[in-house]
Amino acid sequence: MPVIKDAVCSLCGSLCDDITVTVEDNKITKIENACILGHSKFVGMFEHDRIETPMIRKDGELVPVSYEEAIEAAAKILVNSKRTLSYGWCSTSCEAISGAIKLAEETGSLIDSTANVCHGPSALAAQEKGSPSASLGVIKNRADVIVFWGCNPVHAHPRHMSRYSSFSKGLFTEKGRKARTMTVIDVRKTDTAKLADKYVEIEQGSDLLLVTALRSIVNGHEDVVPETIAGVPKAEIIELAETLKNGKFVCIFFGMGVTQSRSKYKNGDAMASLISDLNQHTKAVMIGMRGHYNVTGFGQVATWETGFPMAIDFAKGYPYYNPGETGANDLLVREEPDAAIIAAADAGAHFPQKAVRHLARIPVIQIDPYANPTTELADVVIPSAIVGIEAEGTAYRMDAISLHMKKLIDSKFKTDEEIVKDLTVKVRELKRGA
Amino acid sequence: MSEILIKNASVCDPAQGINCETMDICIRDGKIVDSVSENAKVIDAEGKLTMAGGFDGHTHSAGKINVGRFINPNDARKNLVPGLSGQVARTEKTRAQVGYNTPNTYAIGYRYAKLGYTTICEAAIPLLAARHTHEEFKEIPILDKMGLSLFGSNWQVMEYIRDKEPEKLAAYIAWGLKASRGYGVKIVNPGGGEAWGWGKNVSGLYDPVPNFDVTPAEILMGLAEANERLQLPHSVHVHCNNLGKPGNYATTIETMKLFEKVKPSRDRQSLHVTHVQFNAYAGTSWRDFETGAPMVSDYINGANHLTFDLGQVIFGPAVTMTADGPVEYANSRMLHEKWSNQDIELEDASGVVPLFYSPKSFVNAVQWAIGLELALLVKDPWKIMFTTDSPNGGSFVNYPEAFTYLMSAKRREEVISGFSKMALDRMVLPGIDRELDFYELAVMTRSAQSKIYSRPEKGNLKAGSDADIAIYDILPGQIDPATEYQKVKKAFSGAAYTLKDGVVVVKDGEIEATPKGRIYWVNAKVPENIDSPMQKDLDLKFKKYYTVSKSNYMVEDMYLENPVEIGTEGVF
Repeated sequence: MPVIKDAVCSLCGSLCDDITVTVEDNKITKIENACILGHSKFVGMFEHDRIETPMIRKDGELVPVSYEEAIEAAAKILVNSKRTLSYGWCSTSCEAISGAIKLAEETGSLIDSTANVCHGPSALAAQEKGSPSASLGVIKNRADVIVFWGCNPVHAHPRHMSRYSSFSKGLFTEKGRKARTMTVIDVRKTDTAKLADKYVEIEQGSDLLLVTALRSIVNGHEDVVPETIAGVPKAEIIELAETLKNGKFVCIFFGMGVTQSRSKYKNGDAMASLISDLNQHTKAVMIGMRGHYNVTGFGQVATWETGFPMAIDFAKGYPYYNPGETGANDLLVREEPDAAIIAAADAGAHFPQKAVRHLARIPVIQIDPYANPTTELADVVIPSAIVGIEAEGTAYRMDAISLHMKKLIDSKFKTDEEIVKDLTVKVRELKRGA
Repeated sequence: MSEILIKNASVCDPAQGINCETMDICIRDGKIVDSVSENAKVIDAEGKLTMAGGFDGHTHSAGKINVGRFINPNDARKNLVPGLSGQVARTEKTRAQVGYNTPNTYAIGYRYAKLGYTTICEAAIPLLAARHTHEEFKEIPILDKMGLSLFGSNWQVMEYIRDKEPEKLAAYIAWGLKASRGYGVKIVNPGGGEAWGWGKNVSGLYDPVPNFDVTPAEILMGLAEANERLQLPHSVHVHCNNLGKPGNYATTIETMKLFEKVKPSRDRQSLHVTHVQFNAYAGTSWRDFETGAPMVSDYINGANHLTFDLGQVIFGPAVTMTADGPVEYANSRMLHEKWSNQDIELEDASGVVPLFYSPKSFVNAVQWAIGLELALLVKDPWKIMFTTDSPNGGSFVNYPEAFTYLMSAKRREEVISGFSKMALDRMVLPGIDRELDFYELAVMTRSAQSKIYSRPEKGNLKAGSDADIAIYDILPGQIDPATEYQKVKKAFSGAAYTLKDGVVVVKDGEIEATPKGRIYWVNAKVPENIDSPMQKDLDLKFKKYYTVSKSNYMVEDMYLENPVEIGTEGVF
């Protein structure tokens, strides 16, 4: 029976690449090294709500059709649309993303990723102040001070701490967790906070205040910091600043608690400044805890193909970028799109009500292995193979290191890459006909 | 069989010593041949300067440039060189384009081709992130591509040098080139990337690297020895220590001298020093900063073992991007600019910082002059590759503008007239009246590259060479570049024809076709009895320190479009 080593797990942005998978009769029968989330994705593929066949909505009901019929119906929607929103493309391969961008370019669509409701503000922060970062192995080998800010890897990235951060051991970190100072900054005592040396509880939405206070202290202006800020006593903030300054190598991992709370991108902007200031005293970097396994890949591919990481509008034929105007939700809330293609993401579940309401009014094409709330809104549903299990392709880890995901078993489903290609061919055909 | 006859071209081909002679060029199936049948398609090149396709030997065009794009979305809209920058909608033939310093991948291919360039060498591939570089290569149309892999702060490299294991070191270099599908050995601020792991730097050739007990000089010599042992097509490609610091010309000359004892294993230099403009600074601080170009050129004029490229500055916005992590942090603090950093585990560092070169700044004015001084004071153009270290000194789309500086003293005077007295006191350029001719320009932009990278099928128009050809609408002899430099700039800004492997890819400055280029990479053979113990050491590195497994580290074949594997035999 084939045993596949070093498979890449396509669940979260940690992209663990040491999974051993046993395949018998085209079924995965044993998984080694994966965390509970990854394990459940590998073995549970058919226990979850898989879309079994392409479908088209007729008289309000989704009815099974062939791939050809579904792709033709989808192509018609795209050709008849004057303002298409293409959204998602994060739980899929870079190759599929590249195809989606090409399709968006050819159809004059606007394309955006899940960063719109996730780490989009981190990109804006980087555009203000840069992105002082490192590959995860640098943290493993060097970092003696680790901060998790507004993130909860115990549940969201279960192997992060053992492979890359708190518990990992490397050349200059042989003692692992024992020789590391781990701090968690959050609004509630998460399971990650329970493992920390120091837990700093802040008032919700006050991250910017705390970062600014830390910067003041690090830069020698502790006199300007009031007795309590962000709900944290000054003495505690001074202690934290000292921990950061005295570390040999500091890494701040930050999550959606920072990017999607009050002040949004300003939090990341200030944090990048804090990192720059800390480098006057020691070495410090910051790394975003990206969620979808290839949301980083969308940003990378979109940036090299269009110049921009997200929210790209091709209405004028060339890429136009103005988040706040050209984000997926900006568009939906303005009720602008007259059709949408949603792939490898679930707008139905994660978008604000007003945006979802507009989606319900327009033709929606869904490409996804799984049924989810978006399926309920969709008029054409095209099931796809699961990348990293039933299809190969490239993905980018949260630290922008790319890995090749293997195909482990055969599938009756087309891959996202093939579907996008077929759809593009069909769109060209219909346009030529018209 | 496809045949083309380029008739009555005014050919400038330094590799054959042809200096603007009227002749025909024959092409069959993508190669230059001695004759073609009468069925050949005819391109009338009468009155047109014809050269081999340009070859940019040091450019940042795939990989790290993506960080530049990411943090500078404003660059996408910049249109400072109309026709070669800014936003361009898609057409039936071309993908949508954006950018100036950091164009998207498609624009990079189209715009180099418009300049008559057909080959580029990406200056820095981090081994661990090599897959990314190749993914971008795949999306750069038309051009042939190669890249240099980073080894200058690599743990395995430093340990083998410290432990005096030259054979294993060579085996590791061969493996690293294979893993990253690289073409040559790049060394950036040797040892400095490791020091930057702790927020520090090395200060010169003999400053030991923290924790590794080796010096930058030992790293350079160790890698040079391995490079020659493997008989690689290119020499080591060195970004010297102390880049960007006043007084660094001394380190640069010291580095060059170090290589006098290195014997090249092939018919090429034993050292290539890159973007020397950034490493030819005299003075002791930014207050008494002045040109160090005369000292560096003096040394180069008396030496025969090295080549270099310029890193010419172009006034206006630029984006610095380098594996020299500490330099970028220093840039960001000095300029109060945004700062991106990406240290790569066990291997190197890197950073990206945007900046603006202003003729009003005396430092920037002197930097601008230093690049030109190097090009004009060094007598032998075969030692020089023309570069702007794009986009560090400025975007490659400004090459035609820069050519006018090289070819016209009058044009230089025009620019210099805007400088402050302080700037003029710190440079020697105003006293230089040398003006390059088309022949010398051809050497610096294509022929020297062919020699420096051991790619005999590139950069010349000999029978058997690739039919990569640039035809410019200008006739040497009928124009005087010293005074009619605007015509020179115009002609080089949009080739009348660019041919890539015998396919017309540019006509009248517009894209005609977008074939896919090749990827060159080097596979150096190492005997099993040396490779195998090296692999054991490497397995340990992966087991204990890397965060990806060895099998997932290697760039897979599928990422290479039209790969050309260059085999070499290691000498053990």
